[in-house]
Amino acid sequence: MSESRFKVVKSNRANRIALAAAGLVVVGFVSVPLWAQPSFQRTLTTYLCLLALAQMWNLLAGYAGLLSVGQQAYIGLGAYGLWVFADGFGLNPFLAVPLAGLAAALIALPTSVLAFRLRGGYFAIGTWVIAEAYRLIVTNIDWVGGGSGTTVTGASHVKMATRIPVTYLMALGVAVGSVLLVFFLLRSRLGLALTAVRDNETGAESLGVDVSRAKRYVYLISAFGCGLAGAVTYLNLLRIQPNAAFSVQWTALMIFIVVIGGVGSIEGPIIGTIVFLALQELLSDYGSWYLILVGAVAVAITIWNPRGIWGLITSRRPLNLFPLRRHLVVADALAPEAVKPEGSVGRSE
Amino acid sequence: MTWVNLVIQGILLGGLYALFASGLSLIFGVMKLVNLAHGDLSNMAAFLALIVVDSLGWNPFASLLIVVPLMCGVGYVLQRYLLNRTLERGPMPPLLVTFGLAVIIQNLLLEAFSADSQGLDAGRIEDAALTITGRLAVGWLPLVTMSVAIAVIAGLQFFLGRTQLGRGFRATSDNQSAAQLVGINNQRLYGLAMALALATAAIAGVFIAIRTTFTPDAGSLRLIFAYEAVIMGGMGSLWGTLVGGMVLGVAQTIGSQIDPGFGVLAGHLVFLAVLAFRPEGLFAKQVAE
Repeated sequence: MSESRFKVVKSNRANRIALAAAGLVVVGFVSVPLWAQPSFQRTLTTYLCLLALAQMWNLLAGYAGLLSVGQQAYIGLGAYGLWVFADGFGLNPFLAVPLAGLAAALIALPTSVLAFRLRGGYFAIGTWVIAEAYRLIVTNIDWVGGGSGTTVTGASHVKMATRIPVTYLMALGVAVGSVLLVFFLLRSRLGLALTAVRDNETGAESLGVDVSRAKRYVYLISAFGCGLAGAVTYLNLLRIQPNAAFSVQWTALMIFIVVIGGVGSIEGPIIGTIVFLALQELLSDYGSWYLILVGAVAVAITIWNPRGIWGLITSRRPLNLFPLRRHLVVADALAPEAVKPEGSVGRSE
Repeated sequence: MTWVNLVIQGILLGGLYALFASGLSLIFGVMKLVNLAHGDLSNMAAFLALIVVDSLGWNPFASLLIVVPLMCGVGYVLQRYLLNRTLERGPMPPLLVTFGLAVIIQNLLLEAFSADSQGLDAGRIEDAALTITGRLAVGWLPLVTMSVAIAVIAGLQFFLGRTQLGRGFRATSDNQSAAQLVGINNQRLYGLAMALALATAAIAGVFIAIRTTFTPDAGSLRLIFAYEAVIMGGMGSLWGTLVGGMVLGVAQTIGSQIDPGFGVLAGHLVFLAVLAFRPEGLFAKQVAE
């Protein structure tokens, strides 16, 4: 059993074809500003930001077991970060977006100390309280418009023909970036640690995985992603109000999208976003009924089909567009069963 | 004298929060369930009371005779046919289902009753006050609310400690499978616990609806207050929850006195301070974690 007889394989031909197809889809999305109406670009911007947010919640809850109901804290902070850097400090509004994301991550660091005092369901409550506290603090600051909010004037002065396509492309960047970020993160050492934590937290800790550090990294990354998505969302909307920017409805949407698509897979949030888009656009004339329906679907899926739509698709035929598993291959090729998931190291379901 | 008055008002407000929170404490104690729909369910009870008051012309307090049994039924059905299926699968599924229910209830109320704020008129008790000294008066309604909160918590304590069913609750809480071995039907027991929890939620919902106006989205904030009371009091301790509620109520009333926009935030900040310095709660039976 010399070492050379084994190798660890992460991807196969099907994955590479799928990735190439995904690349083509992205190219198609990049071309949108060349042919689409501004209103269509603005709508797509909304959903691309939602996709990024859903990826961030999935990373938190699906992979790190951090059941946050308070990610709206970082969406709101990202939105207000945009205003502070663009209008408060007079920077270019597009440059203000990444700075807003960084600011959200920076604030998340001390916040995590408090939030991590609680576990499971109480962690959810804690994050919600923290988001409410940030909302009320912002509401009490007159400089940023207090309770009635403010407008990102630095961005509204940029002419529409530039602002809308650039905002759209930034949203696309954030969405694709969130998918790639989660993908490479999960393939990294941190990803292995998270997988171990997900499967058995105590076991992982006893094998030397620094569980709390891994979780904290994920929390900060998710805050950064939510901050970025929040900043791009409000670069699209321009008018910021604390009750809307810090609304728990953001987290509700993230959760519903992830649950419907499939918790704990990169493909899940993508599918969930498409389903959500379809339902919301179809039911746009019926007030908040889309939310009731989406919520009901998410509840039903949690109870009867916890792996979501992506789980349904892959239960018949093993398929993953984003190869995260590590397969142990015996070099002799005499043991083909070794490439089956049973013989894989890492993600086991 | 203002400050004494504020502290008394705060303590009495805490009684209301404790009334909300006692049901949460109970179900967490029995089945380790964090119910994110509790606030919206209690708000739903307030809207049910509104229907009773409007259609039958009853006093809101009398509407409890209909609303409480109704909410018990809702709780039992909800637990047996929905929530029981999510237990024993880790903390995520119950959280997702109750959060989903919260959003569904809130938006159904919004569709049925619009976003207008509603009120329940209980008559003279709303303004009547008990004068203690010349400058110190306490409203009868907060006093009644506090008495009801204490009665509910004492009742729950008595029920858990002294009755056959209560012993079953404690047995399941201590060791599920052992409780099953000695013949306890966990599924049914959980249903009864939720029925009881929603009975308290219904009482609390109607009391707050009498005290102030309410809207379809009022549930989430109440849920937060209730859990702040539970966590500050030390999870799983009913009397601790009462004290946690009082701490929250006093923080909020004093905060509002400093600046009207600071009341709720002051409550959150006190909660976060407790989390930072005494995460196991003020009156924990055991260290959390």
